[in-house]
Amino acid sequence: MSFHPKMSYGTGLHQSARERPDPGEPFAFTPERRARLEEIALRYPPDRRRSALLPALHLVQEQQGYVSARAMEHVAEVIGVTPAEVEDVVTYYTMFRSKPAGTYLLQVCRTLSCALNGAERVTDALARKLGIAPGETDATGMFTLVEVECLGACDRGPVVMVNDGWHECVTPEGAERLVDELREKGTAALSGCHLRVEKP
Amino acid sequence: MTEPVLTAFVREPGGFTLEASIRHGAYEGLRKALAMEPGRVIEAVKASGLRGRGGAGFPTGMKWGFVPKDSPGPKYVCCNADESEPGTFKDHVLMERNPHLVLEGVAIACYAIGARTGYIYIRGEFLHVAEVLESAIAEARAAGCLGRGILGSAFDCEIHVHRGAGAYEAGEESALLESLEGRRAQPRLRPPFPAVVGLYGCPTVINNVETLANVPLVLAKGPEWFAAIGPEQNTGPKLFCVSGHVARPGVYEASMHTTLRELIYGYAGGIRGGRALKAVIPGGSSTPVLPPGAIDAPASFDGMIKAGSMLGSAAVIVMDDTTCMVWAAENLVHFYRHESCGKCTPCREGSDWMLKILQKIERGEGEMRDLGLLESVARNIAGKTLCPFGDAEVAPVLGTLEHFRHEYEAHVREGRCPFHAGWRRGR
Ligand SMILES: Cc1cc2nc3c(=O)[nH]c(=O)nc-3n(C[C@H](O)[C@H](O)[C@H](O)COP(=O)(O)O)c2cc1C
Ligand code: FES
Repeated sequence: MSFHPKMSYGTGLHQSARERPDPGEPFAFTPERRARLEEIALRYPPDRRRSALLPALHLVQEQQGYVSARAMEHVAEVIGVTPAEVEDVVTYYTMFRSKPAGTYLLQVCRTLSCALNGAERVTDALARKLGIAPGETDATGMFTLVEVECLGACDRGPVVMVNDGWHECVTPEGAERLVDELREKGTAALSGCHLRVEKP
Repeated sequence: MTEPVLTAFVREPGGFTLEASIRHGAYEGLRKALAMEPGRVIEAVKASGLRGRGGAGFPTGMKWGFVPKDSPGPKYVCCNADESEPGTFKDHVLMERNPHLVLEGVAIACYAIGARTGYIYIRGEFLHVAEVLESAIAEARAAGCLGRGILGSAFDCEIHVHRGAGAYEAGEESALLESLEGRRAQPRLRPPFPAVVGLYGCPTVINNVETLANVPLVLAKGPEWFAAIGPEQNTGPKLFCVSGHVARPGVYEASMHTTLRELIYGYAGGIRGGRALKAVIPGGSSTPVLPPGAIDAPASFDGMIKAGSMLGSAAVIVMDDTTCMVWAAENLVHFYRHESCGKCTPCREGSDWMLKILQKIERGEGEMRDLGLLESVARNIAGKTLCPFGDAEVAPVLGTLEHFRHEYEAHVREGRCPFHAGWRRGR
């Protein structure tokens, strides 16, 4: 039934722009991660297990690098919600990726304090060095470049977050060097957070 | 200049451990609180004049007083560690270098309102900070400063860290609760306010990290000590985040007598490269920009309102004379367009239209009538949304239009951006 019988549903403007998540490989938490999730779930009242949804999705991403449709189904079952509710949450938060990224996810902060210190030029230097545009992964599958919003380290800008680690006070030349050093020694190349005064 | 108290030991190696923290007086405030009636703890916080450091400057003792005393079910304290207001990086220092002060503040808040559980909602990108908090909690529990029968009293209190996953809106108090309940971080309609119906429908107090870190000082050193720091009704030590075109960006602790000029030219070492100051945003991206003529105002809650802006999260973003103010507004509106949660139409659609108009002007394709259109779109967002995000996203636009309208006009007249700063793309 339709009250707009002349309208061609499902085509043109009225087509849903929703992207279907990548189904991915069959997914289940490893026993250790499942145990960690159950431990985390104890932090919330027993009838509020849904609070463990964000932690569960962080664990999925730790395990397979992104959140596939099959992983969403698994999480839905483990938490006790519907897969649609999980997808609703995954697609809202920027840290959850519905597609795989490169080995190193280079996230350049583009917001004002970093931009005033040259973040635009850092992004351009990385794009040139890797031969890709922001949002893309290079041919080797090693680097994905994205721009992100303020990371909460504006006194150390421009900041580049690489996977979960930080690289601070980056210059365009430093950014190019970082790519080479990541290839050589992995995330040990990162400066880390300057507040860790204990580091050698 | 007052001696730093919140950040006195943040540069000391190992200063974040329980052993070092106790040496510096940690958990003394909690010990004193536990010897008092909970109502007296709230009275002490009221007497100190402590106002919330998360953005709005709401009196903390009054907020705690709104929690119903006789409600039978559980109550909660949520520590807002989302720290996503652009320009803000102060809670980061407290949590990473002085975590026990934050935990102590959460525990005192729990005791005062009758809660037994506190959640620290920390932004997902602060993974390394969350790890510091987790190990501080484990240390405090093992030493009897948290957990069952705290410090030999009958009071039980657990504190948990909850990581977000990338959403500015999760810092808004009702959206924070939604996120903590495992949903999209979108705001709730108020009333009811969280103090009555909050987390899981229970009475909940939500306070910023820095606010809670001040609470142990109020108890340990007394409300009179606290109230004597800074101007009347703007009391206590304050953390200022100074970033942008300054010689020494960083977090500085000072009283709210301190002026913007002292922060920029004293603490932060002046404008980098000896250039001239063009504009300063005093309290994070959500607060209107101020011209150089306004920097002799004290950086206090009331001082900044008088100057035509807000103290917000005390995130002072400094811009020199090479900065294009249309570009700066565009940069921040890009942020708001990206972060709008999408629930309210004026905010969601309005941010997109503001960005389109700003980009058009910055590209040199603007017309004079675009200025009026931009202002009209902004005025139709402010005050028309469920949460203050709408007011926040128009601040960069209205502030720059008020003080730097001539720059917008120059873009239109010249058909290009007249600024050529070397730190920008393609200059
Ligand atoms: C869009 C938006 C984002 C916010 N982000 C934060 C934040 O990151 N951290 C914070 O402490 N408060 C933030 N707030 C303010 C909170 O809603 C709330 O007022 C504050 O946590 C209360 O704590 P306080 O009374 O201790 O200041 C935000 C508000 C809005 C409208
Ligand atoms: S602006 Fe880049 S970290 Fe805040």
